[in-house]
Amino acid sequence: MTVESTAARKPRRSAGTKSTAGKRTTAKNAPGTDPELVQLLTPEGERLKNPENAAYDKYVADITPDELRGLYRDMVLTRRFDAEATSLQRQGELGLWASLLGQEAAQIGSGRATREDDYVFPTYREHGVAWCRGVDPANLLGMFRGVNNGGWDPNGNNFHLYTIVIGSQTLHATGYAMGIAKDGADSAVIAYFGDGASSQGDVAESFTFSAVYNAPVVFFCQNNQWAISEPTEKQTRVPLYQRAQGYGFPGVRVDGNDVLACLAVTKWALERARNGEGPTLVEAYTYRMGAHTTSDDPTKYRADEERESWEAKDPILRLRRYLEASNHADEGFFAELEAESEALGKRVREAVRAMPDPDHFAIFENVYADGHALVDEERAQFAAYQASFTDEGGH
Amino acid sequence: MAEAVTFKNMALAKAINESLRRALDSDPKVLIMGEDVGKLGGVFRVTDGLQKDFGESRVIDTPLAESGIVGTAIGLALRGYRPVVEIQFDGFVFPAYDQIVTQLAKMHARSLGKVKLPVVVRIPYGGGIGAVEHHSESPEALFAHVAGLKVVSPSNASDGYWMMQQAIQSDDPVIFFEPKRRYWDKAEVNTEAIPGPLHKAQVVREGTDLTLVAYGPMVKLCQEVADAAAEEGKSLEVLDLRSVSPLDFDSIQTSVEKTRRLVVVHEAPVFLGSGAEIAARITERCFYHLEAPVLRVGGYHAPYPPARLEEEYLPGLDRVLDAVDRALAY
Repeated sequence: MTVESTAARKPRRSAGTKSTAGKRTTAKNAPGTDPELVQLLTPEGERLKNPENAAYDKYVADITPDELRGLYRDMVLTRRFDAEATSLQRQGELGLWASLLGQEAAQIGSGRATREDDYVFPTYREHGVAWCRGVDPANLLGMFRGVNNGGWDPNGNNFHLYTIVIGSQTLHATGYAMGIAKDGADSAVIAYFGDGASSQGDVAESFTFSAVYNAPVVFFCQNNQWAISEPTEKQTRVPLYQRAQGYGFPGVRVDGNDVLACLAVTKWALERARNGEGPTLVEAYTYRMGAHTTSDDPTKYRADEERESWEAKDPILRLRRYLEASNHADEGFFAELEAESEALGKRVREAVRAMPDPDHFAIFENVYADGHALVDEERAQFAAYQASFTDEGGH
Repeated sequence: MAEAVTFKNMALAKAINESLRRALDSDPKVLIMGEDVGKLGGVFRVTDGLQKDFGESRVIDTPLAESGIVGTAIGLALRGYRPVVEIQFDGFVFPAYDQIVTQLAKMHARSLGKVKLPVVVRIPYGGGIGAVEHHSESPEALFAHVAGLKVVSPSNASDGYWMMQQAIQSDDPVIFFEPKRRYWDKAEVNTEAIPGPLHKAQVVREGTDLTLVAYGPMVKLCQEVADAAAEEGKSLEVLDLRSVSPLDFDSIQTSVEKTRRLVVVHEAPVFLGSGAEIAARITERCFYHLEAPVLRVGGYHAPYPPARLEEEYLPGLDRVLDAVDRALAY
């Protein structure tokens, strides 16, 4: 695992690196200027009400100041956790980390839209959604530290394990949603994936199956513009949300850096699912401000200007501006949250360092539910081998 | 519909059909999924009549997307269902191989046992029916190599009936290879019998001079080989493995310690096939009992040939008898 860059450090622009920023920030696709982009909160923190977003606005029309502060708190703590995990990777405590920096609004907005009985199928970057589902952040680090391949009970929070193979979980989500429909329940499923995953066959197949069976599933694509080094242009020739039309269900592009819009649009999509209206594709148009993972070096493939243009649309900053302008939060709130953030960082740091290595025999555990003769045989061989060292030690 | 009945002389395809019917009837969580499994009853009619009796929500015609079939079955299993999915032909399983290997096989371990995936993947497999490309392959070793999967193959109607019951009841994913060229072979099926364990091999013919080990479509051939050898005064024991993962090495060992010679027969390519594993392990276990090296008879390291050549490619009576003669000559 090479460590070449940090998410916290400002990316350097490599000599000779061709800028793609100009191509990527044309007025046509820039958030806020695209008429098809649902936005309720501008980057300046102004509450936006217009005919285009009216259909979604009603889902957050009665949101209380307390709930707004809650969304802000979720995003700040998630970012703090993410920064801590990045640092822990730099310190050698984690083998790898996939940062969500910049995607807090997309994840907290959509995550807070879910109901307790809904089921979430994440990819491997949904730390904010996990937070909303009540998964202890420390548990997210086990697989990155290398002590397990999961770390939480998926049924404990209706939050499935992280899936590393790109797009696989969209089919699991669809099947789970088909099961909900069979059960006659009014729960819904939300599947997370990225712009890169949209190229995978499994995602296309999940669209087909969910449409054909009218499955109560929301496909939440976080288009963070980059699939490691490949820009969205290498994945698609049409805006991703428009894909849904070909499958026969609605697709919506939402400002992924606008937590209110993400909350509203996801609530709308989940309500459709609950009402038996089938799947929805939500494309949260956002930006991965850090590296793909701590092994990646974005300075090799993207320009500083691009990140800077997105920093101006920071999801946390814009909600803070709104909270301050509307007098929904005072200095005391922000100071308290700062202290809470530091406490979270400390708790996560200590939890990671205290994580025991798994027992050697964990290799053989849970390979099968009903057991397997070969696993039993190899476990016994392994035990004998281990015991041979113990015996030697006794001499 | 639920009463257990004794059926006589049922074809393998019909036995699996009756077994699926029984499973659908006794457990509302059991689902059948696949391409053409509904009205048509599957291209081999294995699911014939099930949709008519259990409805479209239990017997589900799917889009033509194998990864989608297995991937959604995983989701349904996570919701508490027990899907039995049909892959139409052996060579069509590969679009679903990713879901089977990276997801279906590993989710139980990855969840530290919190998640169970009782999914059965039915695959009609093997050659001998004069089919076109991708319709005659034997990819069982590719699945047996993957921890987390169980791989079985019945050779007759009775096992088809009972092994399917056991596969559906298993909390582990089971890849259920059905020997398509034996679909129409009839055998007595006692639906009230108490079946043996799913992964236990069975001695289908006792003998003293050499052990023939096979599974699925090759069991019948090995029985014919034993008949032919008997006319020459040779006594061959025939073992039907029934399960490729786990493999019942204990039963093979017991037989080899008696006969001291072993020939493994399967349709799949010999190179790195299940026969290679059997040969290696039995050599380890029975080195001092063996009078001859373990020999293997199977397919060649070549794409499955066009139908007019498949008789040359597939193990037949003479090729197996030749291997028997070579083993006995040591």
